Amino acid sequence: MNAPAKIETTLKDWETDQEVRWCPGCGDYAILKAVQRTLPQLGADPANTVFISGIGCSSRFPYYIESYGFHTIHGRAPAFATGAKLANPDLDVWLVTGDGDGLSIGGNHLMHVLRRNVNMQIMLFNNEIYGLTKGQASPTSREGTKSPSTPIGSYDHPARPAAFALGSGARFIGRGFDVSKNLPDVLKAAHAHKGAAFIEIFQNCIVYNKDVFNDFAAPKGAEDRQLWLEEGKPMLFANDTKGIALNRETLSLEVVDVTDGDWEAAGVIVHDVTNRSVAHMLIEMPFGPFPMALGVLYDDPRPTFEDAVIAERKKASEGKEANLAKLLGKGQTWTVSGTAQDPV
Amino acid sequence: MATAASLPQDGLPASPEAIVVRFAGDSGDGMQLTGGQFTLSTALAGNDLATFPDFPAEIRAPQGTLFGVSAFQINFGSREINTAGDAPDVLVAMNPAALKVNLAALKPGGLIIADTGAFTKRNLDKAHYEANPLEDGSLAKFDVLAFDISEKTIEAVKPFGLGNKDALRSKNMWTLGLALWMFDRPREPIHDWLKQKFKSKPEIADANIAALDAGHAYGETAELAGPLKQVHVDPVPSAPGLYRTVTGAEAVSLGLVAGAQLAELPMFFGGYPITPASAILHHLARLKEFGVTTFQAEDEIAAICAAIGASYAGQLGVTSSSGPGIALKTEAIGLGIMTELPLVIVNSQRGGPSTGLPTKTEQSDLYQAVYGRNGDAPMPVIAARSPSDAFEVAIEACRIAVEYMTPVMLLTDGYIANAAEPWKVPNPADYEPFPAQFLTEPRSEQLLPYKRNEKGARPWIKPGTPGMMHRIGGIEKHELTGNIDYSPDNHQRMTDLRKSKVDNIVVPDQEVCLGETSGKLAVVGWGSTFGPIHRAVDNCRAKGMDVSHIHVRHIWPMPKNMGELLKSFDHVLVPEMNTGQFKTVLRDQFLVDAQPLTKTSGQPFQIAELEAEIGKFFDDIPGNEGGQVPANDQQLPSTEGGAK
Repeated sequence: MNAPAKIETTLKDWETDQEVRWCPGCGDYAILKAVQRTLPQLGADPANTVFISGIGCSSRFPYYIESYGFHTIHGRAPAFATGAKLANPDLDVWLVTGDGDGLSIGGNHLMHVLRRNVNMQIMLFNNEIYGLTKGQASPTSREGTKSPSTPIGSYDHPARPAAFALGSGARFIGRGFDVSKNLPDVLKAAHAHKGAAFIEIFQNCIVYNKDVFNDFAAPKGAEDRQLWLEEGKPMLFANDTKGIALNRETLSLEVVDVTDGDWEAAGVIVHDVTNRSVAHMLIEMPFGPFPMALGVLYDDPRPTFEDAVIAERKKASEGKEANLAKLLGKGQTWTVSGTAQDPV
Repeated sequence: MATAASLPQDGLPASPEAIVVRFAGDSGDGMQLTGGQFTLSTALAGNDLATFPDFPAEIRAPQGTLFGVSAFQINFGSREINTAGDAPDVLVAMNPAALKVNLAALKPGGLIIADTGAFTKRNLDKAHYEANPLEDGSLAKFDVLAFDISEKTIEAVKPFGLGNKDALRSKNMWTLGLALWMFDRPREPIHDWLKQKFKSKPEIADANIAALDAGHAYGETAELAGPLKQVHVDPVPSAPGLYRTVTGAEAVSLGLVAGAQLAELPMFFGGYPITPASAILHHLARLKEFGVTTFQAEDEIAAICAAIGASYAGQLGVTSSSGPGIALKTEAIGLGIMTELPLVIVNSQRGGPSTGLPTKTEQSDLYQAVYGRNGDAPMPVIAARSPSDAFEVAIEACRIAVEYMTPVMLLTDGYIANAAEPWKVPNPADYEPFPAQFLTEPRSEQLLPYKRNEKGARPWIKPGTPGMMHRIGGIEKHELTGNIDYSPDNHQRMTDLRKSKVDNIVVPDQEVCLGETSGKLAVVGWGSTFGPIHRAVDNCRAKGMDVSHIHVRHIWPMPKNMGELLKSFDHVLVPEMNTGQFKTVLRDQFLVDAQPLTKTSGQPFQIAELEAEIGKFFDDIPGNEGGQVPANDQQLPSTEGGAK
């Protein structure tokens, strides 16, 4: 948990008087509402909550949440958030970034905030496009994406945000999408995780990349295409008629049919959020032959960066007096008469 | 022992006012260490001093090569010392390359001490010598003392059972021992230092002490033989008090700690390794008990962004770098200006552009500091003039940052960062505190995070403060609420407000540090050129020239009386280690006909070259027809005028 004291608030308490400037119908509205709905459930204190963002459509987010907010520069939000957390580890920090901000210009900072494990929630809104600059292909755009900068179709291989996060050393990986009713649960789990919690949120850019996630996010047939993971529960989907099993010969995942609810007989595996190997396979699971893995894919905390910094400072200061006058006169000194003195 | 041909001059005087010694060797020869310890013993002897470490960018450049030469120059004396000295009186050359690279600087009649053991065929080839200069008579105009320091060192450390390779590592201590004898310095402080340094390896400490003592003893013996003699430099009269030596990097670090204390704030330092700025990160990393958090970031950008994040959360954010790193930080500096948060940015300038000359000094980031951002982004800039001055300037930077809620750039350079000088230890109680004020309750019914005080500063509101939630960012904001506001009138007002806040920062009136407040010529300098300009102006005044020295600490905004002061001189000369950047700023701000005197060799100005330029303004002074000032004139104590 981040905030020490629980505060009673309602969704309304988290709304600002600012006019929301996203395009009508943008998936960001749904994410904003999901966050505003989640914060009261967490007992979060607006005075202790800070939303820090970079640049892009997603990064306007802090203006619309009635808490402290810092809209910084392109790609660098993790660095600002790291400084703020080290200055005041009690702050409950939410980072808001996008696929361009977090994985292109800011990929370096995202990697380091994850490997350092600074305690915060990192929401990456992935819409697979640069929205605010009018629709260029982004690092997560699928091959062949036609855009003003790639008129014949993009040809670079897309980055995979959750795989990047896991490879960077993240200890929490969550996934959801803008209009999903389960998004608040993923956010709550991320908040409960002490350390850097990475949440990839698929977000529909209705102007430049409309419905690009419909293949798994469209309500019709969603049960066949979405695998919502739950700790300690078998990995079932399609109304429990299908599941995910481990092929022990190829050491890879496969989809198996489940008859009469007997998932054990079908070899369906049980989700263990601390299993890093399985988390890796779930993240890499290609959509199409497999459903999209959603929910909490991985959650295995380890000590945070700010705790280590505080412990080191305490250790380094032990038995030492912060006396500036003594510090200035430290080392080998002399008086005008030229006599050497012992170090003070 | 071998000496060169008969001496053209009388050699070193027995008790000069000032003397310049340069230790030069391979980058692995430990010359910086030798110089550092010699500096300490010189300071303990009560001399004033200035040093100039000059080393290659490579950590271990190939042995014996010309580009691998590392040198340490010290100027010390019984009078005020302003520079590390134009030309050495004594050159210690540990190998042929060191001799070749440094010989041109040596004063005619100067003393060369050379290690013949290193003047092998192989090393002579590497230094591109066709014949051994110690033997071919080419050094006739110098006084040469050449003997096998390598062999004598091996002999001295033999009882400690070290192999030849290890034994030769004590060569620098043998040389230091000789230098200590030559200038009549006690060995005890060096003994103590060696014992401390090699606490866990007492045999290494003992070997080094034996080498040091052997070098010292050799001096006594050699004196009996003739050419080598002891030189006494009397202590300099200085104000009573406690003294120590300090480098610029140390002084900046200590000044930042003091500044944070005076602001009553914990300090957050975000840094990324870069020459010559890293030393500040290293110093501060050891001062955690002073409420200092040091953060080695993933890059220069993250270092400043984390510092701004810490300032946002209520600490004093500080970052530090050199030119290329400052370039990377520029966008974040703009955000600091837009969000009006306190921040200190230390720029230890080095030769540029691009990677440039990482270990050499230059003042060429002035445009970058004053003008180098997108948009109208005014930022205070102040510059340190010497290692000890860096302490005062760092405190001043913290004061401006906190009182005016603004990023401040503090300019030092590679020379100041590495050079050492004696420092009268200041008393922290003598400094006026400037405690940071956080706004904890709205001043009016509506919270107005951008409503300014009489200084033009907006309130500092820490996240975590109940009832004060608000949003800030890099988008233009409403002049009171801080909410996004692109409207034309608002942007005009905000641009004006940001400018007027910085323009009206209170800085002390500009003083003339030497000479009259009006007259024929003002030599205007900033930063580390203080020393040579001061000495050169002093010397020229002694010759009857009507010249004054103005040294500028506050580069932006400049003191209110600056324009008037400059206009009271017929001529303004601006010596700088760049192509004339401060000259441009002076012309821009005051429409004065400031004339540039520029140098970008990576080496500090020499007093003689400044005197020559100043002299050109004074054809009417007897003996100065054509403005010719003899080179190295100021180095000869007998002709030195105006010494304090």
